[in-house]
Amino acid sequence: MRQTDLAIIGAGPAGLAAALEASRAGARVILLERDDWLGGQLVKQTHQFFGSKNEFAGMRGVDIATHFSEQIEKDENIQVFTGATALGFYEDGVLTAACAGRMIKIKPRTLLVASGAMEKMIPFENNDLPGVYGAGAVQTLMNVYGVAPGKKVLMVGAGNIGLIVSYQLIQAGIEVEAIIEGASHVGGYWVHASKIRRMGVPILTNHTILKARGQEKVEGALITRIDENWQPVPGEEREVSVDTVCLAVGLSPLAELLWQAGCEMEFSPQLGGYVPIRDSNLETTEEGIYIAGDVAGIEEATSAILEGQLAGISAARKMDYRIEEEKVEEIKANLETLRAGPVGEHIRQGLANVER
Amino acid sequence: MLKKDGVPSPEELQEVKPSFERLQEGPVVIVECMQEIPCDPCYYACPREAFRPFDDINQKPEIDYKKCNGCSICIAHCPGLAIFVLDYPYSENEGLLKIPYELKPLPEKEEEVTVLNRAGEEIGRGRVVHVLNTKKQDRTAIVSVAVPKDILMDARHIRLRRGTDEG
Ligand SMILES: Cc1cc2nc3c(=O)[nH]c(=O)nc-3n(C[C@H](O)[C@H](O)[C@H](O)COP(=O)(O)OP(=O)(O)OC[C@H]3O[C@@H](n4cnc5c(N)ncnc54)[C@H](O)[C@@H]3O)c2cc1C
Ligand code: SF4
Ligand code: SF4
Repeated sequence: MRQTDLAIIGAGPAGLAAALEASRAGARVILLERDDWLGGQLVKQTHQFFGSKNEFAGMRGVDIATHFSEQIEKDENIQVFTGATALGFYEDGVLTAACAGRMIKIKPRTLLVASGAMEKMIPFENNDLPGVYGAGAVQTLMNVYGVAPGKKVLMVGAGNIGLIVSYQLIQAGIEVEAIIEGASHVGGYWVHASKIRRMGVPILTNHTILKARGQEKVEGALITRIDENWQPVPGEEREVSVDTVCLAVGLSPLAELLWQAGCEMEFSPQLGGYVPIRDSNLETTEEGIYIAGDVAGIEEATSAILEGQLAGISAARKMDYRIEEEKVEEIKANLETLRAGPVGEHIRQGLANVER
Repeated sequence: MLKKDGVPSPEELQEVKPSFERLQEGPVVIVECMQEIPCDPCYYACPREAFRPFDDINQKPEIDYKKCNGCSICIAHCPGLAIFVLDYPYSENEGLLKIPYELKPLPEKEEEVTVLNRAGEEIGRGRVVHVLNTKKQDRTAIVSVAVPKDILMDARHIRLRRGTDEG
């Protein structure tokens, strides 16, 4: 059994930022990451990041990941396990993880769950055909393994992820036939939409996919215009000839471990699904269990970093490590300004219902 | 309309256009960022403080065109690829357009390219005058293209003609 001050599940931007912050206060940290590398979603992001310049905006996701990883490697307070999947957290306060075919047991004084999110699916005929991918899988194929998912893609979803992945596909020399979006407007940032449009990719709002065509693999798709109630408009169906359908229809928090740990959960449409009730320091209803990043509500890397810092420093304070109170206030203020604009409105609404 | 299909309407564009008088004076920035989003690297990028300080990170950028000399430094710092520089008086018949470009291969100097508008439609031909791709730009190249003056305000992207029939 390994003892530590803080165990962190997930080494995305939230987990990495938390590890550094807790270590700075003097806490010993064990960081568990399922993948063989650190960075979470960041390693797939070859585009420049939005957000506040202070939290690395303008840098590319992969470079932010490298920046954090280098600091973590140098940090003697932080012990990293990659290829390590956290399996369960039990009443006696023991965390188990599978690592390189072995089971490891950890008894942490505090726990941070920063496990991120998983992709949503939508129902349509043949959505299990090879050639139908989630956007995350497409990004991993292209940007981590350098493999093209296909030659011609239909993108479903015009949120930031759909728009950004479309752009990355084009950069990889793959054709994007169209981006379709069920809602009546583009959900992602307009600047992302404009950058795809001027490359000639149509963005069809009020459109959805009815079925994927093909026997062994995707050979086409049937799309249609829909009305405000998401019902197909008769006579507005259209075949598109593509070999790949990429779904970017949203993410939902990966919260299994929190359910299992007994945290009180609440369904929040604005935050992407079931999320834990938390206080203003990101502690859940289970004392000593903290959350940060997409698992606390689907947001962005900048907020994941800030939440990670907040959770890391709060956990350190809980264990009586000396921290700077001003730092806590500063992080909270930064989070607040980040969410202050119109695109942060749904986040503010969501948080109002889950923050106690 | 931006919200509908990613293409700004003439009214939306009106908000971000430098005045015609300013355009005629020489190189100037146009920042086609028309939505309040939490983003601010442009402000930090400009050495001449032509971007007014953001009161709040969600604010849309506001430009003091008197301070901008069209140096183009900000172009590669915008994650939205929303910043362009226009040099209207570039030559008698041509204006110069500077765009961020992240595709491979990069165009070469003197190469003839197809010019696209904000909807990705072909609106003419242009001639690449310069390609800037230093380490500082972090993989966003800045391509300068001379285009007929009458399409300068609509031209926003290029497509290489290499390998196509008209080649
Ligand atoms: C295409 C795309 C584009 C984006 N663009 C931007 C952008 O421009 N700007 C921006 O700010 N944000 C952007 N984001 C969002 C940003 O990437 C995420 O919000 C951010 O990565 C969330 O951080 P996180 O640490 O919460 O989760 P993640 O980055 O998802 O990291 C979670 C980590 O936890 C690990 N994990 C999960 N379960 C376990 C377990 N049981 N045991 C061990 N490890 C586990 C996962 O393997 C993963 O590495 C983008 C996202 C996508 C998909
Ligand atoms: S072109 Fe140069 S001077 Fe003008 S806004 Fe950009 S960085 Fe500033
Ligand atoms: S950096 Fe680009 S996208 Fe961000 S606020 Fe400035 S102009 Fe807009």
